[in-house]
Amino acid sequence: MEQMRKETATVYSQQELATGIYDMWIETGLALMAKPGQFISVYTKDKSALLPRPISICEVDQDHQRLRIVYRVAGKGTKEFSGYQKGDSIDILGTLGNGFPLEAAKGKKVFLIGGGIGIPPMLELAKQLAAEKSIVVGYRNDELFLADELAKYGKVYIATEDGSVGTKGNVCNAIEEQGLKADVIMACGPMPMLRALKAYAEKEGIPAYISLEERMACGVGACLGCVVKTKEKDHHSHVNNARICTDGPVYLASDLDI
Amino acid sequence: MNTKVTIAGVEFKNPVMTASGTFGSGMEYSNLVDLNGLGAVVTKGVANVPWEGNPTPRVQETYGGMLNAIGLQNPGIDVFIERDIPFLKQFDTKIIVNVCGRSIADYVEVVEKLGDQPVDMLEINVSCPNVSHGGIAFGQKADCLYEITQEIKKKAKQPIIMKLSPNVTDITEMAKAAEAAGSDAVSLINTITGMKIDIHKRTFALANKTGGMSGPAIKPVAVRMVYQVANAVKIPIIGMGGIANAEDAIEFMLAGATGVAVGAMNFVNPYTTKEVAEGIEQYMKQYNIENIMDIVGTVR
Repeated sequence: MEQMRKETATVYSQQELATGIYDMWIETGLALMAKPGQFISVYTKDKSALLPRPISICEVDQDHQRLRIVYRVAGKGTKEFSGYQKGDSIDILGTLGNGFPLEAAKGKKVFLIGGGIGIPPMLELAKQLAAEKSIVVGYRNDELFLADELAKYGKVYIATEDGSVGTKGNVCNAIEEQGLKADVIMACGPMPMLRALKAYAEKEGIPAYISLEERMACGVGACLGCVVKTKEKDHHSHVNNARICTDGPVYLASDLDI
Repeated sequence: MNTKVTIAGVEFKNPVMTASGTFGSGMEYSNLVDLNGLGAVVTKGVANVPWEGNPTPRVQETYGGMLNAIGLQNPGIDVFIERDIPFLKQFDTKIIVNVCGRSIADYVEVVEKLGDQPVDMLEINVSCPNVSHGGIAFGQKADCLYEITQEIKKKAKQPIIMKLSPNVTDITEMAKAAEAAGSDAVSLINTITGMKIDIHKRTFALANKTGGMSGPAIKPVAVRMVYQVANAVKIPIIGMGGIANAEDAIEFMLAGATGVAVGAMNFVNPYTTKEVAEGIEQYMKQYNIENIMDIVGTVR
C-alpha cells in the first residue's frame, strides 16, 4: 500500500493545452493511491519561492504509475513548472486531501461541473464515476481545454464568458438554458461559482460536493493556513473552521458557511 | 559522540525541535516524520478555550520566506489534554507545550491545567504578532513581560521558556526581564511583523493586513538576536528563525543556542528536522566534537 510521502518524481511529458494552461504527466508511484478530487503539492526548485503549490490531479494512470496535472501559470512557481521537460525531476508531496465521494453519486443523475482551472479534476472523476453524467464546463473563451476528453465520459455542456462557444455566461446559465436536472452535484471552480451552486443545490434540494481552493503552506493539516468556515463545530479544530488540505478539499456544500 | 543537550534540567536526545505553529501537535506530520528522532516536539499554541483564529487568506509567500496570520486558532486546553498529549506520549521525544492567552489569567489557567500532565516544558507565547489584543503586548514591554513571567512561574509545575519577540528595539532587555522574573529558558525569535500588498487587487495579501514573517530570509536577524541574548543572560536559549539545514542550526548553536527549532522549513521539506539532526552528527564527526553542548556559544 502506498503511503503519503514527499518524493522526487520524473516528468513524463508536458505540453501547453491552451494559453497559459499546461498539461504535465508525472511518473510516480503515488499514482497507485490517487483518487479523483485529490491533489499533490509541487515544490519549486527556485528556493526564493518556498511554499509548495497545491495542484489538483487531473488524471491517474495506475498501469504506468503516472499522474497528470493540468494547471494555469499564475505566478513564479507555476511558471517554473511550465518550463519542465520530459526527464526533468519534480518534487511532489502526495496524495493529499479527501477526494470526491464516488458512492454518493453512483447510479444517479449527476452534474460534474468545472469552472476554468477547476475543470481538470473533473476528468478523472468522470472516468471513475459510474453514473448518468452531465458535464457542465465554463471557460473564458473558445480555448476549450479538456472538453473533448470529457466528452468520452458523458454529455458535455459548455458556457463561455465571451459567448464564443455554447451558452454565453457561466455554468449556472448553461444549466438553465439547457434545462438540465440532476440528483447530485460535484463541482470545482472559483468561489463565486461554488457559492452559486450551493444556492442552486439548496433550492433544488440536492446535495452538492464542492472542491475548494485556498492559500496553503504545509498541505498536511498542521499550519491551519487553509481553513474554511463550517456551519457546525469541526471535529478536529473544535471551532467553526475545517482544514481544506486534509478535511477537504471536497465538502458537502451545506456543511459550509461560505 | 554525545548529541544530548540539557535545558533547565530537561535532557533532550538531540538539540532539534519543531517551532511552535509549524508542526501542529505532531500528529499531522507523524506519517512523514519519525517523531522519535526529534529532541522535542513543540506544539502549536494552546489557550484556555478554543480560538477561531483569523479570516483567510492566512498565509502568503515572500521572497525566501513567508507571512502568516493564523491568529492562534486552537481547540482549547481540554481537547489538547485529552487528544494531543496522549498521542505524543507514544513517542520517545520530549513534549514542550506552547501556551497562549489574552490575559495573565488565561495563561495561568492553561499552565495550571498542564500541571499534572506528562509534558516536559512549557513555552509561553508572549510574542505572537497576529492577535489584536493581549499576547504581543506582554512581549514588547519589559515590565509586562516581567510580571507575566513571574505570575506563570508561581503556578507552573514544569520549567518555562519565555518566547521572545523580535519586534522590539532591544531584545536583550526582554531576555533580562524574563530571566529576572524566573524564566528557566528563553526561545527566540518569534516571527517578524510584515506586510504584503496585492498590487492587482490593490488590497492586503493577508486578511489580517499584517502577518509574521518566517523562513530563511529572516535567519541573519535571528542569529544576531540569539548572539545578543546569549551575551546578556545566563539562562539557556532555544534558537529559531529560518533554519533550513544543519549548517544553519550549527550557526545558532555557535551563537549561543542550546536547542534549535525548525519552523517554516517544515512546510518546504517535511524531512528538515531529520536532516538537521543527521547533519549535526556529521559536523561533530568532521570536527571531532565529543559533546555537542561544547560548541554552544563558543563564537564570542
